[in-house]
Amino acid sequence: MQLKKASRVRSVQPGDLAQVIEIDAGITGLRKPAYWGEVLARYGGGRRRERFFLVAEMDKRIEGFVIGEVRDWEYGMPACGWVFGIGVRPDARLQGTGTRLLEEICEGFRRLGVSKVRTILARENHLILSFFRSQGMMAAPFLTLEKDLG
Amino acid sequence: MRLQKNTLAALSSVLEFAANPGEQLSAAEIARKYRISPHHLAKVLRVLGRARLLESERGVGGGYRFTGNPKRLTLMDVIELFEDISAPRRGARRAAHRERPAPAASEVEDAIGVVLAEIDETARATFRSITLETMLKLIARRRK
Repeated sequence: MQLKKASRVRSVQPGDLAQVIEIDAGITGLRKPAYWGEVLARYGGGRRRERFFLVAEMDKRIEGFVIGEVRDWEYGMPACGWVFGIGVRPDARLQGTGTRLLEEICEGFRRLGVSKVRTILARENHLILSFFRSQGMMAAPFLTLEKDLG
Repeated sequence: MRLQKNTLAALSSVLEFAANPGEQLSAAEIARKYRISPHHLAKVLRVLGRARLLESERGVGGGYRFTGNPKRLTLMDVIELFEDISAPRRGARRAAHRERPAPAASEVEDAIGVVLAEIDETARATFRSITLETMLKLIARRRK
């Protein structure tokens, strides 16, 4: 069996954005260039060391991305790492790309001194939920609440 | 939430098979290891076989072989074969009672039904998000 080459995880660059938008649109069905422009401005380029926007690249193609940051003391909780989004091209899945992206962002969180990583996502998002579960993530001792603002 | 005896026996069995990929295991081995009555387990394995998660080999040295995909098969896929853990429809419990409840009791029951449905939704989402492979990793982590 021929082993597939592993992708390289690095910080996002402005030239990657078109591919990130394409990956996200392929997964969610929505093209959001303005949103991704803002995410790049806020999380890209290493402007703040607690913010991360990483991509996995192989043969000059972006295979996936992850975004997150270390956040402080909300509701009295100690600082922790938050993963806001992760996506991998459907044809690049099951090759460890998502695992490498998550490991790399967690390593960044660890370097900043936090010991927990958290994420939040829809109950119906079985694919990503299963991915996070497979990485050893368990239910956190929090509840998300919402209300119609009518 | 509690799972029924059959469901727990089924989960133990599929996890045992998934932990031993390609191996043929006998019902007696599983029954012994998990202290399940062989008669009871035979029924459970038949259901798993009908769902094409197991293949049975007859004769001397016969047994079962796992044919599911541990990376894809979730706890919910197995649980659903044995019990319905979907949230009860609102008012369904009340319909089972012959007497009409007092309006105040009916309001309380309705509101409790909403809370129970919320809990059940979370339980179902959890079962759906955990594959057999993830469960095997969890078991290994807890062993350390």
